[in-house]
Amino acid sequence: MAALSAVRSSGRAARRLVCTHRVRSCSSIRFIKSKYVCVFDKSALKFSHQQRLFRTSAASHGQIVQFKLSDIGEGITEVTVKEWYIKEGDSVSQFDSICEVQSDKASVTITSRYDGIIRKLHYSLDEIAYVGKPLVDIEIDASKAVAAAEDVVEAPPMSHEEHTHQEIKGHKTLATPAVRRLAMENNIKLSEIVGTGKDNRILKEDILNYLAKQTGAILPPSPKAEIIPPLPKSESVPAPAKDKARKIPVPVSRPIVFSGKDKTEPITGFHKAMVKTMNAALKIPHFGYCDEVDLTQLVQLREELKPVAQIRGVKLSFMPFFIKAASLGLLQYPILNASLDENCQNVTYKASHNIGVAMDTEQGLIVPNVKNVQVCSVFEIASELNRLQSLGSAGQLGTSDLTGGTFTLSNVGTIGGTYTKPVILPPEVAIGALGKIQVLPRFNGRGEVFKARIMNVSWSADHRIIDGATMARFSNLWKSYLENPASMLLDLK
Amino acid sequence: MVLQSALKNCLQLSCILQAPKAGFRNTASGGLIMQSTSNDVYQNLAVEDWIHDHMNLENQQVLFLWRNSPAVVIGRHQNPWQECNLRLLRQKNIKLARRRSGGGTVYHDLGNINLTFFTTRKKHERMENLKLVVKALKALRPQLDVHVTDRYDILLDRQYKISGTAAKLGRTAAYHHCTLLCNTDKFVLSSVLKSPYKGLKSNATPSVPASVKNLFEEDSSLTSELVLDAIAEEYATQHQIDCHINLINPADETVLPGINNKAKELQTWEWVYGKTPKFNVSTHFDIAYKDSVLDVKVDMDVKHGRIEVCNIDLPEQWLPPALCSELVKNLTGSKFCPNETTALVTTLLRVCPQDGDLQSRWNLLCENIKMLM
Repeated sequence: MAALSAVRSSGRAARRLVCTHRVRSCSSIRFIKSKYVCVFDKSALKFSHQQRLFRTSAASHGQIVQFKLSDIGEGITEVTVKEWYIKEGDSVSQFDSICEVQSDKASVTITSRYDGIIRKLHYSLDEIAYVGKPLVDIEIDASKAVAAAEDVVEAPPMSHEEHTHQEIKGHKTLATPAVRRLAMENNIKLSEIVGTGKDNRILKEDILNYLAKQTGAILPPSPKAEIIPPLPKSESVPAPAKDKARKIPVPVSRPIVFSGKDKTEPITGFHKAMVKTMNAALKIPHFGYCDEVDLTQLVQLREELKPVAQIRGVKLSFMPFFIKAASLGLLQYPILNASLDENCQNVTYKASHNIGVAMDTEQGLIVPNVKNVQVCSVFEIASELNRLQSLGSAGQLGTSDLTGGTFTLSNVGTIGGTYTKPVILPPEVAIGALGKIQVLPRFNGRGEVFKARIMNVSWSADHRIIDGATMARFSNLWKSYLENPASMLLDLK
Repeated sequence: MVLQSALKNCLQLSCILQAPKAGFRNTASGGLIMQSTSNDVYQNLAVEDWIHDHMNLENQQVLFLWRNSPAVVIGRHQNPWQECNLRLLRQKNIKLARRRSGGGTVYHDLGNINLTFFTTRKKHERMENLKLVVKALKALRPQLDVHVTDRYDILLDRQYKISGTAAKLGRTAAYHHCTLLCNTDKFVLSSVLKSPYKGLKSNATPSVPASVKNLFEEDSSLTSELVLDAIAEEYATQHQIDCHINLINPADETVLPGINNKAKELQTWEWVYGKTPKFNVSTHFDIAYKDSVLDVKVDMDVKHGRIEVCNIDLPEQWLPPALCSELVKNLTGSKFCPNETTALVTTLLRVCPQDGDLQSRWNLLCENIKMLM
């Protein structure tokens, strides 16, 4: 219900009204009233009605009806208004939720009895509302009706059900007057349509879907597309051939228009902080260096080690190897594990290799880091990664996990991609992004083609203190450890 | 299991929608007893919503029986920070849910059974439902001293609350649900339902705390299953139907189309926390740093679960004013949530001057602010 009011809250209701007059006879005892049906429905912005818009805007006076708070039952005389689902100026249809009131332990949804526009809310949040007193003022068209101004204090809710159900051909179907009109104009029996709204109410979408099925046509999303009138008025089963044989487009009676709407939201919280960080990153002159790595041997090694790690309760991916190899590389090229101060006066070579691992979580891009990789074994790194990953997916990473990083690796290849252009995360000076592992043909030492497991790596570094040669040599070293994992053994500390 | 497997089957609710009497030997009173096979609080609350929105209750009323794994359930218009110890919940992995009916906060675990009585709005009768429960209990153990109060509580031995009630009234349908303490962990109950947060000012519905006791403590043969069955029997008798408990799987889209979306909505942050009525946090805390202790005052307005207005009062120069205002600026509009705040402040730290001392102070201040959430 709240979603409906959100859609309506644009305040541009007056411009979008498609209005029609209709006399409706109710099977109930009460009264015959003509209703001013305001359908705030973007999908109903029909060209043929545009003329009407100008006409009716001049005659938009309706009668203001005071919708009184009906009897809640149980002898309750007052309730607290807890939430409004609409605001002044919004259009409502009959049965739409207006507000939520609370009395002791009962939460009651008050729904509208009328179609119309909300003109006044008599209470603000947390105020006490009284049964029998006006709750909201609704403007309905009452050019004929006197009865609408009648005292509308309700008898027990039973009468709601009586006069709100419409009998059409012996079936009780729930639908607003606008929906009924649409059905009538298209010669559709409401009883044939399955309603998907609340209480099986038939919605405009249900009619449109039904029509779409009838013509076998996919309704075009924009008015510029070919306009296919949903259903010729005189026939009930058009064959596709008939459409072509027909005369030049009928008055564009009902082109279905894309009813999407732009949605603007403020950037808050974590995302706002990211904007600031990325703006700072922009100030760093990046250069990129890319290469491909043959992981054939590593893939095999991991297959062998996976069950061993499993026994110890740790899930072993490729990342621990990448991280350890990076740390070994950083021992040789410590400038990549450094930080430049604000005025670019000093470079600080960080002692710890706290290697960050980019994670895609519900919150967004989070980069926790594994501390002191230089003294960790591959297994310890894997274990720590497991811990960070489970915390990350629960959105519960702590401050120490998220701060102190000195170098970052981003394994975007788990999602896809080959070469990328990663952005350095200040205050670091380098970052590496790993593509997906592909099986590709390569030549071996004997000139034979073999199946190689190739992964692409894309490095970015701060060109103020890092030069291409350093990056290239680091990358080569890192690559050699991974292409020949046994060589890592020689240099492991 | 006490329940006889012969009497249970999985339910085809589609029958109910089209032909209410199909498959059931009902008489004019019409009733249906359903029990959930799931212990997930969100799924079970979703079933309540589904029945309320989709079932035709004119010709038959429905009793829905359910139990949840540990969870705290707050009322529609309540403030979770005011009602429970959120830190403890997160620590112990206890779920937090907001139901659609009003009333106060309850702790659920498998020893606390939930009963929901669905009727048309006209036939909504909370007192009658509770009397049914009391009658069922007395039929089970005649010596039990249980009775219903005017506040719709059920008291044991005239002083211990064993059941709380809440209701939701829609346009044509209504439901009344209540809990029943059979064998709940009272220690966890009392610790999670005590809020540690100070300085909260809110118009949210407050809970009324009460001393509680388990039926199990009165009579150790009273298990949840036994009590559930007894209530089902009484309901069946009063509605003149067979005591036939239909099992329902809350994840089954074929029987309950649209149910998974309902369950998902109930788990969103926007529903659980975002629906909290506007409140204000006005408090202060001490920070001990390098031989000095400073007093920090915090004042925040929280609307829809997000910080609308934020004021942090620090002793001068403890943090550079630019940094402090940056923190305030970023907190504004952010969720009143420790995880979101952690992500926010650690990201901001990247663009702070890389001064170890400064960063420690920043972290200390932020940790304390997170404690308020």
